[in-house]
Amino acid sequence: MPIGGAHRRSTAYAPVDPDHIAATTGPGHDAAMNSFRSDRPRHAHAPNAAADVTSAAIAAHQDRPGALLPILHAIQDALGWIPDESVPRIARALSLSRAEVHGMLTFYQDFRRSPPGRHVVQICRAEACQACGADALYAQAERLLACSGGQTRADGAVTLEAAYCLGLCAAAPSLRIDGRLHARSSPEHLRALVERLGELR
Amino acid sequence: MSVGNDAMGTRNDASRPPAGPRRVFVPRDALAVALGADEVALTLQAECSRRGLAIDLVRNGSRGMAWLEPLVEVETAAGRIAYGPVTPDTVIPLLEAGLLEGSDHPLCQGPTGSIPFLAGQQRMTFARVGITDPLSLDDYAAHRGWAGLRRAAAMTSAEIVAEVVESGLRGRGGAAFPTGIKWRTVLEAPAKRKYVVCNADEGDSGTFSDRMLMEGDPFMLIEGMAIAALAVGASAGYVYVRSEYPHAIAALEAAIRRAEAAGFIGADVLGTGHAFQLEVRRGAGSYVCGEETALLESLEGRRGMVRAKPPLPAISGLFGMPTIVNNVITLATVPAILAQGAGAHRDLGTGRSRGTLPFQLAGNIRRGGLVELAFGTTLRALVEEWGGGTRSGRPVKAIQVGGPLGAYVGPAHWDVPLDYEAYAAIGAAIGHGGIVVHDDTADLAGLARYAMDFCAHESCGKCTPCRIGSTRGVEVIDRIVAGRDREAQVVLLRDLCETMRHGSLCALGGMAPYPVLSALEHYPADFGLADTASSAPGDAR
Repeated sequence: MPIGGAHRRSTAYAPVDPDHIAATTGPGHDAAMNSFRSDRPRHAHAPNAAADVTSAAIAAHQDRPGALLPILHAIQDALGWIPDESVPRIARALSLSRAEVHGMLTFYQDFRRSPPGRHVVQICRAEACQACGADALYAQAERLLACSGGQTRADGAVTLEAAYCLGLCAAAPSLRIDGRLHARSSPEHLRALVERLGELR
Repeated sequence: MSVGNDAMGTRNDASRPPAGPRRVFVPRDALAVALGADEVALTLQAECSRRGLAIDLVRNGSRGMAWLEPLVEVETAAGRIAYGPVTPDTVIPLLEAGLLEGSDHPLCQGPTGSIPFLAGQQRMTFARVGITDPLSLDDYAAHRGWAGLRRAAAMTSAEIVAEVVESGLRGRGGAAFPTGIKWRTVLEAPAKRKYVVCNADEGDSGTFSDRMLMEGDPFMLIEGMAIAALAVGASAGYVYVRSEYPHAIAALEAAIRRAEAAGFIGADVLGTGHAFQLEVRRGAGSYVCGEETALLESLEGRRGMVRAKPPLPAISGLFGMPTIVNNVITLATVPAILAQGAGAHRDLGTGRSRGTLPFQLAGNIRRGGLVELAFGTTLRALVEEWGGGTRSGRPVKAIQVGGPLGAYVGPAHWDVPLDYEAYAAIGAAIGHGGIVVHDDTADLAGLARYAMDFCAHESCGKCTPCRIGSTRGVEVIDRIVAGRDREAQVVLLRDLCETMRHGSLCALGGMAPYPVLSALEHYPADFGLADTASSAPGDAR
């Protein structure tokens, strides 16, 4: 039972604003819920945008102890990936070699070095989810999305990846689509979720 | 735990005539959200608004009964009444059936505290989770919050450490090292600056107690870290949370801001003159960064490569300074120990395993969730009585305890008390308390291969036994399953596991053999082996 595909489980990180959660107790909860969901589309940006984002990330975090990880997260949060051009800029700012920055980028599974698809579908394949049919779900996702696991579809519409534990193990199997969690899934449930994405059929 | 006192000595779910708008609870916990809790909350809010019904909607933590999520609770004169699992399309029928009065309905579970799954637990660390608004300082204080920190603020560092030693608390991340001894080492290490680091990189499949605690009672973790800081003289703390937990990160960051604004942490902890600055750092998808030294490397902005020990992080840790590295549950249990006295913790449990553990029931299980009990309960009790057997209804075939590096515990051992030493004696490990149940459709050879493959992909790469051993391990298992040179390959696999056990730099390579050898021992048929062929004494124990 091979894991299948590249062992890529980068997250489409969806930061959650806790003050918006608190706002569900009062007025303004509609807006709160919408931004809470954070399913933002990911698109490749023009080179200027990448440079600006990189500069901003460096400026915001370079004086923190252990700055490199926060800087890389900040760039990927904004762009959805980390352009190669960012590497020498970060290295210069932190007095590191480009190899060291490259080493961080390639060690951590989260970081992407190329833009993901417009939608990112991640299906957990860890043990608890395997116990509830995750492998079959993953295979079904490959068929439904016409996309191999660990790849971005040629038309750029979707990236399909395995995730290794979303922490929802008591309601397996789980998945995440564009940063949004779904648990207690099933073949029917997955089909319905993919239908809702519309353009992926 | 219905009407009465919980382990914190607070009256929860107590009868209290509600004043003002009816309080309704819909969890903000990630598992509940993944099952539609946000949509339920929105629909509830909208429908009540439409009908002119005033409600006070609280997004609480999860009670830990996954099969009932989203669990909606209503506070009535008779206490809190639970309904679940609630979906957006059942909100209107529920309202019309009298949800806000706690009326009967097929989804009604009765008073929350009387639900057997909850009522039988011994919640010390999780006493408030699901009961309070996780971000309400008032709720926290009303439920004995900050009592531990206030007491610690009036003690000397040595006295705080002594209390933790006396409690018998051991690391809940998995290594189970006596927490008080670790703190004493840090206290006695001379240095200009010391750190408290919380390991919230809960990467094990089958575990979610850290996540639930951070989302459901973040102030308790903050209080525990502040007490630790006072105990050893640390001025700064980090919570390293895996990136797969954005809800936990958000809850923690909000809680830290509020705790700081109220003076519980920050420039001056409760007026003691001690500063303790706390911040959350996000991981980036590396399982090995749950190993304490790899975590420190990651915090320092480097690849998560494991460090050799000695030196221990307690002496030379973050940025070379004396550092406490403790798991979420370990730190979150400290306030209860300080507030209630060491004896309350020490007097629960069995053998040298004192206190409680929040066990997590996961995988193919009918009633999955969180069960906090004193050490000494058994796997059979947890899986059959609490968990109700498999979700599929098929027989339980295999149970993995302790995460991906834990052994598959065979049926003969399902009555062994869950106690650190008792489990070590049968060649298993409790770890962080995760329990993953598989039914008889499971292929244990495939799971053994997965264990090796997972190790290979997550290996930091530093030591040969782990990096190469796991890679070769996948190949050897493939040959066994394919029937190529089977007997010799089994011998080779055992030999390989021996090397990984004793030669690896950390528990990733060191414990990958546990699931592999236990699968081989208890489920030889899945490997294409006859029962007798695999029983070799020594290795799997």
